[in-house]
Amino acid sequence: MNAAAFSDSESFGGGAAAGGRVLVPGVDVSHKTILYLEDISVSFDGFKALNKLSLDIDDGELRCIIGPNGAGKTTMMDVITGKTRPDAGTVYFGQTIDLARLTEAEIAHAGIGRKFQKPTVFERHSVFENLELAMKTDKRVRASLTARLDSAQRDRIAETLGLIHLAGEADRYAGLLSHGQKQWLEIGMLLMQEPRLLLLDEPVAGMTDEETERTGELCKTLAGKHSVVVVEHDMDFVAGIARKVTVLHEGSVLAEGSMGEVQSDARVIEVYLGR
Amino acid sequence: MMGPLASHIGRLYGRKGWIALALCAAVLFVAFPLANLALPKGNLLHISDYTVALTGKIMCYAIVALAMDLIWGYTGILSLGHGLFFALGGYAMGMYLMRMIGREGQYQSDLPDFMVFLNWKAYPWYWSFTEHFWYAALLVVLVPGLLAFVFGFFAFRSRIKGVYFSIITQALTFAFMLLFFRNDTGFGGNNGFTDFKRILGFHIATAETRMALFIASGFMLMLTLLFARAIVSSKFGRVLTAIRDAESRVMFSGYNPVHYKLFIWTVSAVICGIAGALYVPQVGIINPSEMSPANSIEIAIWVAVGGRGSLVGAILGAALVNGAKSVLTVAFPEYWLFFLGLLFILVTLFLPQGVIGLLNPSREKRA
Amino acid sequence: MKKFALALGLALCCARMAWALPADLVLAVAAGDSDEQVAAVSKLVTSGDAGVAAFFQALLDGNVQVAGGKRVLIVKDQQGIDAASGEKVEPLPADLDDAVVNNRLRGTLESARSALRLASTDRAQRLAAVKTLEDGAGEEMLPLIGTALERETDADIRKLLALVQASVQLKSADAALRLAAVKALAQSDNPNTKMLLLGLLEKKGESYAEPDAGVRAAAQASLQAVQSRLSTADRINQIFTGVSLGSILLLAALGLAITYGLMGVINMAHGELIMVGAYATYLAQNLFRAQAPGLFDWYLLAAVPAAFFASALVGMALERSVIRFLYGRPLETLLATWGISLILIQSVRSLFGAQNVQVENPVWMSGGVEIIANVVFPWNRVVIIGFALAVLTLVWFLLTRTRLGLFVRAVTQNRGMASCVGVPTARVDTLAFGLGSGIAGLAGCALSQIGNVGPDLGQTYIVDSFMVVVLGGVGQLAGTVYAALGLGMANKFLEAWSGAVLAKIAILAFIIVFIQKRPQGLFALKGRMADA
Repeated sequence: MNAAAFSDSESFGGGAAAGGRVLVPGVDVSHKTILYLEDISVSFDGFKALNKLSLDIDDGELRCIIGPNGAGKTTMMDVITGKTRPDAGTVYFGQTIDLARLTEAEIAHAGIGRKFQKPTVFERHSVFENLELAMKTDKRVRASLTARLDSAQRDRIAETLGLIHLAGEADRYAGLLSHGQKQWLEIGMLLMQEPRLLLLDEPVAGMTDEETERTGELCKTLAGKHSVVVVEHDMDFVAGIARKVTVLHEGSVLAEGSMGEVQSDARVIEVYLGR
Repeated sequence: MMGPLASHIGRLYGRKGWIALALCAAVLFVAFPLANLALPKGNLLHISDYTVALTGKIMCYAIVALAMDLIWGYTGILSLGHGLFFALGGYAMGMYLMRMIGREGQYQSDLPDFMVFLNWKAYPWYWSFTEHFWYAALLVVLVPGLLAFVFGFFAFRSRIKGVYFSIITQALTFAFMLLFFRNDTGFGGNNGFTDFKRILGFHIATAETRMALFIASGFMLMLTLLFARAIVSSKFGRVLTAIRDAESRVMFSGYNPVHYKLFIWTVSAVICGIAGALYVPQVGIINPSEMSPANSIEIAIWVAVGGRGSLVGAILGAALVNGAKSVLTVAFPEYWLFFLGLLFILVTLFLPQGVIGLLNPSREKRA
Repeated sequence: MKKFALALGLALCCARMAWALPADLVLAVAAGDSDEQVAAVSKLVTSGDAGVAAFFQALLDGNVQVAGGKRVLIVKDQQGIDAASGEKVEPLPADLDDAVVNNRLRGTLESARSALRLASTDRAQRLAAVKTLEDGAGEEMLPLIGTALERETDADIRKLLALVQASVQLKSADAALRLAAVKALAQSDNPNTKMLLLGLLEKKGESYAEPDAGVRAAAQASLQAVQSRLSTADRINQIFTGVSLGSILLLAALGLAITYGLMGVINMAHGELIMVGAYATYLAQNLFRAQAPGLFDWYLLAAVPAAFFASALVGMALERSVIRFLYGRPLETLLATWGISLILIQSVRSLFGAQNVQVENPVWMSGGVEIIANVVFPWNRVVIIGFALAVLTLVWFLLTRTRLGLFVRAVTQNRGMASCVGVPTARVDTLAFGLGSGIAGLAGCALSQIGNVGPDLGQTYIVDSFMVVVLGGVGQLAGTVYAALGLGMANKFLEAWSGAVLAKIAILAFIIVFIQKRPQGLFALKGRMADA
């Protein structure tokens, strides 16, 4: 479970944005860009995981990030979500929010949601309850003791259920879902937190063809209202959904453009097929 | 006027549940008193004083089992030292009861016998005000509660989990047991408190008082059941079970598990304290062996036998195991420990859902 | 002075004289008032008569009776002899009164007997005599002591005698003598000397017990010398008992650390595995006593492997039958192993009884070695420290130099990976559990040599073993060693301050607090099973 991301985060109990209270979203997208990464460098014990990486995501965009193993895709996500601090460079959410200064919890509350590769849902709770637990609301003890779902909240859950193709499984225990369904549930839980930016790490890993297709549709539906960044290895899936593709290699951007442009780029071919 | 609260309570159980509860209430609060007090001893339906006392005692244990179920069955925290909170509540009540002995002790002094024996001239400061029932009642709640809060605060904050936590709770109760065994601690040493005479003005050894305590225990049990039910059916309860199953995921979803754990841990301790306070006047004695690690571990087996994550299961487990204990320790005393040991092994190996799981196999841990 | 010396000298030469005690002295002892009694006893001692010892013994036994206020008889089993002449008296006179032997007389008689024994040819008797005199010799003994000192050839006894002399001389009227005595006492290592010197420095109203200022100053200096000697002895004792306790904790906890580190299993029956080892030792002892009594002192050679294998077998049986099915469920394992421990305790109780059983140290482990005065290291504890070191070395060797050890370490670090490369994890589990249990058995064997063996033996050490494992962290032997030694020493040092119970409570509280700061213990492999 990679959300051991939070296991060391001491400040989860403190800080202005922590403790589960709802933070008023204040992302400034006046310049249409929701995420800026400028010259981000990260090295681990001498190994340069990210090397002057620069990348912009537009508000409402659906971007795919591809690249060979070790290219730095996961590290990039770690930097965005605050799991890893960059050694150099800046990362901004909107015009004003400097992500390098915030804790993981604060970043999550600011509106960035990450879905990890392995689906981690609450197996012994129903699909409905999973969504209810993830819902963006006051998450303190007192609030939870007296919480009652109002109709607006029920509607939200119903809406999300529809979006993730699980409307008929609302009362099913999450542990009984298929792998693909669990992935959707997890995306659904992410959506319940009302993120502006969604980071999906290999969302179709282990899915059947049909599930993969439906996931593609889901991503396309989400774009617009949300900004979606998808990291994937499945080229067909990427080709199916991507408008803009970024290729990472050895910690920096190798090429960027539409799928066609990227696939015919000489440098990309060299990197993927070897010398 | 009671509208929202009453309907909230009403929703805790379905129709069948409420009928069952009403039946239990009838048995406990009507049938028992009649059968014990109104019917003469020879009568077939007469319930003996011994049975009343035993049932009262078991009901107190059932309350503890509920408390244990809340933190273990629902939150996944195995405490091997919960008997400590039970005993502390018992000692607090015991202090009041010792005060109520007045001058009727062996030495006919204002001080309890054990203090006279130690040559003490006055009550130690921590005994002040314990002659007032309301103050003793306050202690029953505050002492286990505060101790649990402080301990839990440090333990949960430092992310101690799993077996380490269990062992630490065992060490905690063991340390307190050693402390209370000392005469200097001022709690009666290894003899503890006993020979109570009066409670709230009533003579403690009469059938009426016993029945009153019985009813109070039964009432407290039902109250605790409803309270626990309210907790586990709420969103709070769902967060608890989520913490049990995947704590880091819960954190990732924005909840602070430390607060949740601390809350339920403290509540559980207070419940145990109250149970202890009801227990002591019924059995007539409290001594440090109540704090022994063995006692606390037994609490876990009640819940395991009955069914973790099921409130009714916890009560059932407490009743079954203690019922068996009172039968076997009389009939085959040498075999009781074998039986208990075997119970531990068999339940963990073959009956992870407890007896409730047997009765209701498709039941998936709904409270 | 010289007369007495001469008399004693004669007495010492002719110890086998016939029984002929002065009748008046005998009567004074038997029937006189307290002062007369004491004086008469002193005189009788110096007489050197053979019958004196017997007379004194009879007095202490309560067999002396006075006939008609004049004649003193020793009466035993209706047979009477005259106390003065030693002749038989028949028939027994009618009006017999018991001689009064009060506590003061008793004390005087004891000292007198010791004084007599000072002249014995047996060194052990002389040593014992001096030791008794240490506890309280009266001034009247001074001449005897002086003479004995001159005659004494054994250096140790001389030293002791000199100190006894000095402590008696403290009461002398002569200030110079007292000064000399006080200076001599600076060499003492007897705790009583402290009391004596303090007595001198006590204030009674306005004046001191000791009038001479020079003597007081010397007394102060001597007191400091004695105190520092005593406290050094105390400290050495504490360190030793701390190390001893640490070695025992190490043995008890080592096995637990291995099984917990390996399988994440906290075995609540670990204490009972210790107990099994102790009982195995008991059985070995009985076997030797019955079958080979001549070889009894070597029963440990059989007991050690017996204890190891008995516990190892029980442990492996447990692992195969119960524990392996609970793999991955540590909390359930806690409960199941607790159940096993109940069964084991009750079985032992049914088989051997609920009482403690007797396990004797072999001769070569009895007694102790005196390092300096007041510091005696009991042999059994010394041997156990050595034993613990040996076991530790063997285990270290096993874990780092053998293939099994390699497998154990691999499985501890990454079970999945180890299994993938072909390590037979199930078998490793069983063997490692057997190893851990066997070490517990060895701990039981060691414990049987220094404490009681009963069905509850395991319960006394289980909480301590847990604490060592929790404190030391798992995955590395070093952690267990340091934690065990640390806890052992801390326990003993605290005990000296506040008593055993409070010490234990303080240690438990310390661990509870320590674990908040460092949940993985002192030494832990990264990413350990602390959250299991």
